[in-house]
Amino acid sequence: MANEKVRNPLFHIVKRKNIPWYKAWAIRAAAIIAALIVCAVITMLLTGENPIQIYITIFKGAFGTPRKTWVLFQNLSILLCVSLAVTPAFRMRFWNIGGEGQLLIGGLAAAACMILLGDKLSNGALIPIMIISSIAAGAIWGVIPALFKAKWNTNETLATLMMNYIATQLVAFFIIVWEVPKGSGKIGIINQSSEAGWLPQIGGQKYLLNIIVVAVLTVLMYVYLNYTKHGYEISVVGESEKTARYVGIKVEKVIIRTMLLSGAICGIAGLLLVGGTDHTITTTIGESRGFTAVMVSWLAKFNPIFMIFTSFLLVFLNRGASEIATVFSLNKSFSDILTGVILFFIIGCEFFINYKISFRKKGAKEEVKHV
Amino acid sequence: MFDLVSFIPRAVVQSIPLLYGSCGETLTEKSGNLNLGIPGVMYTGGICGVIGAFLYEQAVPAAEMKAVFAIGVPLLCSLLGSLIMGLIYCFLTVTLRANQNVTGLAITTFGIGIGNFFGGSLIKLTKSEVPSIALSATHKYFAAQLPFAKDLGWFGKIFLSYGFMAYAAIIIAFITAYIIKKTRVGLELRAVGENPKTADAAGINVSRYKYGATCIGSMIAGLGGLYYVMDYACGVWSNDAFGDRGWLAIALVIFTVWRPNVGVPASILFGGLYILYLFIPTGMLLSVKELYKMLPYLVTLIVLVLTSMRNKRESQPPEALGLSYFREER
Amino acid sequence: MENKVAAVKMRNITKTFGNITANDKVWLDIYKGEILALLGENGSGKTTLMNMLSGIYFPDEGQIFINGREVVIRSPKDAFDNGIGMIHQHFKLVDVLSAAENIVLGLREKGKLDLNAVSKRITELCEKYGFDLDPKQKIYDMSVSQKQTVEIVKLLYRGADILILDEPTAVLTPQETDKLFAVLRNMRDAGKTIVIITHKLNEVEELSDRVAILRRGRFVGDMKTSESNAAELTNMLVGHPVTLSIERPEPKDPKKKIEVKHLSVRNIDGILKLDDVSFEARSGEILGIAGISGCGQKELLEAIAGLQTVESGSITYYDENGNPEELIGKDPLEIMELGVSLSFVPEDRLGMGLVGNMDISENMMLRSFRHGKSPFLNRKNPYALAGKIIKDLDVNTPGINTQVRKLSGGNVQKVLVGREIALAPKVLLTAYAVRGLDINSSYTIYDLINKQKEKGVAVIYVGEDLDVLLELSDRILVLCGGKVSGIVDGRSAQKREVGLMMTRVGGAKDGE
Repeated sequence: MANEKVRNPLFHIVKRKNIPWYKAWAIRAAAIIAALIVCAVITMLLTGENPIQIYITIFKGAFGTPRKTWVLFQNLSILLCVSLAVTPAFRMRFWNIGGEGQLLIGGLAAAACMILLGDKLSNGALIPIMIISSIAAGAIWGVIPALFKAKWNTNETLATLMMNYIATQLVAFFIIVWEVPKGSGKIGIINQSSEAGWLPQIGGQKYLLNIIVVAVLTVLMYVYLNYTKHGYEISVVGESEKTARYVGIKVEKVIIRTMLLSGAICGIAGLLLVGGTDHTITTTIGESRGFTAVMVSWLAKFNPIFMIFTSFLLVFLNRGASEIATVFSLNKSFSDILTGVILFFIIGCEFFINYKISFRKKGAKEEVKHV
Repeated sequence: MFDLVSFIPRAVVQSIPLLYGSCGETLTEKSGNLNLGIPGVMYTGGICGVIGAFLYEQAVPAAEMKAVFAIGVPLLCSLLGSLIMGLIYCFLTVTLRANQNVTGLAITTFGIGIGNFFGGSLIKLTKSEVPSIALSATHKYFAAQLPFAKDLGWFGKIFLSYGFMAYAAIIIAFITAYIIKKTRVGLELRAVGENPKTADAAGINVSRYKYGATCIGSMIAGLGGLYYVMDYACGVWSNDAFGDRGWLAIALVIFTVWRPNVGVPASILFGGLYILYLFIPTGMLLSVKELYKMLPYLVTLIVLVLTSMRNKRESQPPEALGLSYFREER
Repeated sequence: MENKVAAVKMRNITKTFGNITANDKVWLDIYKGEILALLGENGSGKTTLMNMLSGIYFPDEGQIFINGREVVIRSPKDAFDNGIGMIHQHFKLVDVLSAAENIVLGLREKGKLDLNAVSKRITELCEKYGFDLDPKQKIYDMSVSQKQTVEIVKLLYRGADILILDEPTAVLTPQETDKLFAVLRNMRDAGKTIVIITHKLNEVEELSDRVAILRRGRFVGDMKTSESNAAELTNMLVGHPVTLSIERPEPKDPKKKIEVKHLSVRNIDGILKLDDVSFEARSGEILGIAGISGCGQKELLEAIAGLQTVESGSITYYDENGNPEELIGKDPLEIMELGVSLSFVPEDRLGMGLVGNMDISENMMLRSFRHGKSPFLNRKNPYALAGKIIKDLDVNTPGINTQVRKLSGGNVQKVLVGREIALAPKVLLTAYAVRGLDINSSYTIYDLINKQKEKGVAVIYVGEDLDVLLELSDRILVLCGGKVSGIVDGRSAQKREVGLMMTRVGGAKDGE
């Protein structure tokens, strides 16, 4: 018995108290580089190309032509817009994964105005109505789960998730109602000839308006979250609901107000897609951005300025991977796989920022004879 | 007149993927892991089965195929594929303590990507005219019915007209329910999901339970994808055809208040709601049918709200759902 | 006790949390068949040390021997395998499970899980030791002492050889305490080894065979209880002799500030937590509230601060001119603006009143951020206030921008109490203000409270330590099970008398 070997655990995990910001970013950068290497290996295995060629292709896919660059920034702006929308909710620990549905409903409201009022009103009157109805629709869609949460503490992750599909089917319903031509199951380009309800183009660039709107929103959201009383209340509610109540913050009111805002901004994203670029509506117009936005926002630590970079990273990869898919005649879902791999690495690396692995010190064994 | 005899079997075949998915997710959630990656896991389960079946069909002429392999190879591939997805999820959320919602959504992106990518690539390989891949030989084995089922009229149609995986789903659901409710392992699993700190103090290995439940749950959910392709879709894989069934499975978990045995009738109800639009009088507007498809989600939302209103302890989500556990947290 | 066999030997045990060293090279022996009292002040590392024995924490350095054999206790399961069981201060029970399910949780018995057989065995154990427990009852339906019973039965059921109890009497009535001590003695006589963590000298003397003392994470010494005396123990405990004399200035011109009449409160589960409570609090006076924990203290303060839904009764506030104002029906914000301030130090210190992830300045803002009409925050004033509090109260912090959760307990409490006092309240409600503080910090807090009293503030002070209440308060309201057991004068009251009132409504008056 006495000779039995004592098994000490090799290491154990300790929570870090503090980590300098540069170290944290170095860890994140290392994770992204590691992810890019893994992605390159996967792509190499599937295409047989050398990794440098692959990255040149990715870059070309993102910035190869002016048009591609514009598309990249358009995608970036819409994804960023939805991410901005969900961020205030996340800051108060309200897991709004219903961005998709809120965006769809906002888009649906815009489309409804274009279709029903397109030949009755001039653009000067129609566009403000579209803006108001999209914002209102998105806000209503966002506030429904918030009301349930405030009143009965209904699980918001699951409620917002259900709201997505209710929105999808609502859109599907109206698509059949308004389909052109009948029986096609599609709406097609709305008001193609009159361009009624099409948001104006700035400088002849189709996407510039969206980009400007979202850039302004980003700054506004940053200020709102960090420098206003509302933003402060949101942080307090997120950190500790008990404390919030204790200092007289009406938690229910904050939840409802914040989700109105969250839904409203998703509504704007829907408006920008339907009125600004696509001029039609489909059930998949959101392209799952409501879900991607969750990751964008989380990866950026809910900071609107960092979100520019995280959403850029995801959009860049997505565009680049689609280019790889086209050039090497792979399936376009290839980009989802690469996105997934990169996400796994970034998600995983947070561990090394929050915790450290400490190895057990050796030696210093006491004599058993003692006592 | 509403044609029940043809409605019920169609509702049942719709329900089976949902039942697998929700049963797997219930098991997962009981350990405190909210795996929003289930849609991705089910896609992966499906496509891995397809790959297995495809390789076996390529290797062996249809006439020489053996039932054991025709079923076993896709089955094993499917289980392996969804197991890997479950392991990725666990590694990130349990070992690395990452945020469950974000990880789950990443798994879904990844899994659907895997499904569509390999699906698309196989379609290209077969140089088929249509954007799908047909594995009719394998389907034959999966869809095999009892030989006398057809002679039993409406009874046979309602109860005996399904492939073996449909019955397996129901059996798995009941076994899962039994394990959760009645056994020592189930008791410990519930404790982990409710209060991991307590479970840990009681000497239960929290990480092992989380890994175990999530991985087995993923494998069960993955079978839903396999059933969908091999039986329901007659061995035809086409991209995105699986649709949003994964999310519906998560809805079903809430609807059944975390009870897989309730999942059996509930999934059939969901399956029925899912296809109800096909059975409403044809004179009705096509658009209204789209609204019918909303029903499962709407019903789930209502149930979710109602259970939270009643606030009964037994019908709440596991208390530690969505939270990662770190023992030395102070 | 001559041939003592060490059941547990701990050697050179060190454990750190971040920058805090909880245990520093601790040596401790626990002998077979004894009751060892592990004595130390709050924060002296008693619980941390025992947590390493029960597998909750893993030591950074050092070795543990059980029955002479070196072991590695990596998890509670390893601890069980070595026959070690621990009852934690915060019960480790799963709310939605029944007592029986909780008791067998984690037990790797062979065969099928048969809850009926389990229940039978539990009932047998309960009869043997005289517990009152329904094995089928769900934990969320239970009172605190019932939950503790479940915890104890859990260890008995497992037949652990070494039992560690972390301040088990904190939630018990004296009668329940006596019963517990009897059980523990029986178990010792049956050869079990028992460690009881405590900071109460009387418990040490009443129960233990031997006492070991920790101070600031270090082992100070151990001795047979029979050979020790209170003065010597106190010396070892605090390091130097303490005169427990807290200042108590005479109240000046006391006037009615808060009048509570027939107040009843039910909690979320519908349990009556306050039952027909009536009293008044006066300006320039400290009203102490005594009672066993969980007797409605928290609900009382929260009801006054507007954080509790009141079932019936009234709470009236009187302003400088004696005009009454009803508080029930007002929201917390309105009550705060009247000058009623609540500083409640919860068990985890940060749960209420402060936000751990925000810095000191941002925490100051919690009370003041609404000031002004601008939608933007004013960060300047809170920053200045934070600086002032750090200076005035001698808060030990690297800077104003340090997150509050990184401060030690005493400093966190200074920040909280300091902020509440900075509001210049008319009524100061404070609960457990010295919870977990060392003696010096405690005195700083008593001083602060006395200064408020001298300024004419009506102070309501909920405390855990009866000695402190008796020395600090002008009057003491004793709660028992949500009822007012009596209100006594702080200067003349006897400890024994108050203690009796805590356990029985009206104290010794009715009954024997």
